[in-house]
Amino acid sequence: MAFFLETLLGGLMAGMLYSLVALGFVLIFKASGVFNFAQGAMVLFAALAMARFAEWVPLYLGIEDPIIGNVLAFIGAGGVMFCVAWVIERLVLRHLVNQEGTTLLMATLGITYFMEGLGQTIFGSSIYKIDIGMPKDPVMILESTFEGGIMINKEDFYAAIIAAALVALLSVFFQKTATGRALRAVADDHQAAQSIGIPLNRIWVIVWCVAGVVALVAGMIWGSKLGVQFSLTTVALRALPVVILGGLTSVPGAIVGGLIIGVGEKLSEVYLGPYVGGGIEIWFAYVLALGFLLIRPQGLFGEKIIDRV
Amino acid sequence: MSKKKIGDVILDVKNISLGFGGVKALTDISFNVKEHEIRAIIGPNGAGKSSMLNCINGVYTPQQGSITFRGQEFKHMDSHQVATMGIGRTFQNLALFKGMSVLDNIMSGRNLKIKSNILMQALRIGPAEREEIMHREAVERIIDFLEIQAYRKTPVGQLPYGLQKRVDLGRALAMEPQVLLLDEPMAGMNVEEKQDMCRFVLDVNDEFGTTVVLIEHDMGVVMDISDRVVVLDYGKKIGDGTPDEVRNNEDVISAYLGTSH
Repeated sequence: MAFFLETLLGGLMAGMLYSLVALGFVLIFKASGVFNFAQGAMVLFAALAMARFAEWVPLYLGIEDPIIGNVLAFIGAGGVMFCVAWVIERLVLRHLVNQEGTTLLMATLGITYFMEGLGQTIFGSSIYKIDIGMPKDPVMILESTFEGGIMINKEDFYAAIIAAALVALLSVFFQKTATGRALRAVADDHQAAQSIGIPLNRIWVIVWCVAGVVALVAGMIWGSKLGVQFSLTTVALRALPVVILGGLTSVPGAIVGGLIIGVGEKLSEVYLGPYVGGGIEIWFAYVLALGFLLIRPQGLFGEKIIDRV
Repeated sequence: MSKKKIGDVILDVKNISLGFGGVKALTDISFNVKEHEIRAIIGPNGAGKSSMLNCINGVYTPQQGSITFRGQEFKHMDSHQVATMGIGRTFQNLALFKGMSVLDNIMSGRNLKIKSNILMQALRIGPAEREEIMHREAVERIIDFLEIQAYRKTPVGQLPYGLQKRVDLGRALAMEPQVLLLDEPMAGMNVEEKQDMCRFVLDVNDEFGTTVVLIEHDMGVVMDISDRVVVLDYGKKIGDGTPDEVRNNEDVISAYLGTSH
C-alpha cells in the first residue's frame, strides 16, 4: 500500500509539471485559436535567459545574495519574454489576421526554429544550471501509518505547488476578468472581436506574454531538475498528449490531463512494466492520447464542436 | 408612431471606389446618413452592399473617396478604431463567439467601456467589482429588450439561427454605438422572425436614438421601416431618396424586375 501511494504521489507531482508546459499550449490556443508549435522553444529560450541572467547578475552587478539574484534573473527573463511576445506580434501575427489556422500553425513552426537558433546564439549552447534553492533531498512522510513511510521528492512537491498556484491564477484571469473574456472572444472570431472594439494586436501581445511567463516558470522548474540544455524543447512533446487528453481549450483540462498522464505513466511502469520488459513510461502517454482521439476528439474538457450543416 | 427628430449629417460617404484586382466592387458612390434616421442600402445580390458596409467599418480601405464621421475623416482605419469612434455592426454570416454563453457574448460588447485594469478585475477590488456590476446591468437591459432572457447561459452555438441574429444585434448594442451597421439582419428568416427583427430595429432607433444603416436585399421589409434608401446595382448608385421616391424610380424597377424591351 505504501509503495502504491508513493508511486501515485510521484505520478501526480510529475503530472503537475507536464501540466505546466501544457498550459502554455492551452493559453495561446484558447486566446488566439493557434496551436503554438513554438511552446517548447519558448520554454528553452526562457530557461536559457533565466540561467544566464542568474550567472550575470552576481558577475556584473556584484549582487551575491542568491535570492535577490534569482529574483532579478526572473524579472530579466520575464522582460525578455515580453520582448519576444511583442516582436512575434509585430513581425508575424499582425500580418496574419483572419488567416486560416493552418497558416498560423506553419508560422509558429517557423518561430520555433528561429527561437531555438536565436536563444543559443545569444545565451550560448552549453548546459547551464538554474539553482533556485529547491531542496533536492527527499523526505519521508506518514512513517507512523506505514512501515518505512512514503518517500516524497521535495523538489517535485514544491514544483507542484508552484504549478497549482499558477493554474489557479490563470483560471481566474480567463473566467473572471473582462480581459480574459476579450481573449476568448478573439479566439472565436477575429473579425467580430475587432468590430466590438477589441484591439487584436494588444490582445495577442498579452497572450504571448502570459504564455511566455508560463514557459519561463516551466523552464525554470524543469531547468532546475534537468539542467538547461537543448533537450528541454522535447519537454513540450511530453505535453502534447496532455493537451489532447484534457482538451486544447481548457485550463482545468490541462491540469487533469497532466495528472492522469503523470499517474498513468508511473503506475503502468511499475505494475505493467515487468510483463512487457519495461520502458512503458516513454510511450504510455502517446498511446493514451491516441485512444482519446478515437473516442473523444475534443478531449475531456474541451468545447464540443457544434457544426450546423 | 411617434414623429422622430432627424438631425444633421453624421456620416458622409463621398465618391467611394473599391476594386479587388480587376473586379470593380464599388464605383463612385456618395451618400450621407443623418443622425437618428434609419438609412437602408438595398440592391440585388452582388450589388456591392456588403462591400460598402465593410468600407464604413474599416474592413476594406477604398482606393478612392472619403468617409467622414462626425466631421472627422477616416483613412486607413481598422475595425477596432472604427468601433472606438462609436460605430457598431452586425454580420451577414453570423460571427458570434460560438463557444461563449449569450451573456458573455453580449458582455464582450462592453469591452470598450471597461476602464479598470486587469489586476483590479482579477482581484475584484471595489471599483472593478462595481464596474462589472454596472456593465452587467446594462447587458441585462439588452437581454430583456431582445427577449432572450431564457438563453442567458446557453452557448450561442447551440441557439437557433433567428436567436443567434438577436445575440449578434445585442452584442453590437452593448457598445452603445452612435451608428449601427446592420448587414442583412433579416436574411434567412421566416416571416415572424423578420417581423420581430423589424420591431427591434425600430425600437433601437426610437428608444436609444441610434442611427441605423441597414443592408437588405428584400425590398418589402426595408421600405416599411427606413427613412431613406440608397439603391446599388453592379457597384453603382442607381437611386437615393425616400422609399416612395425609390419605389417609382425607373432604374430601380428595372434593376429589380428587369426591363422590357
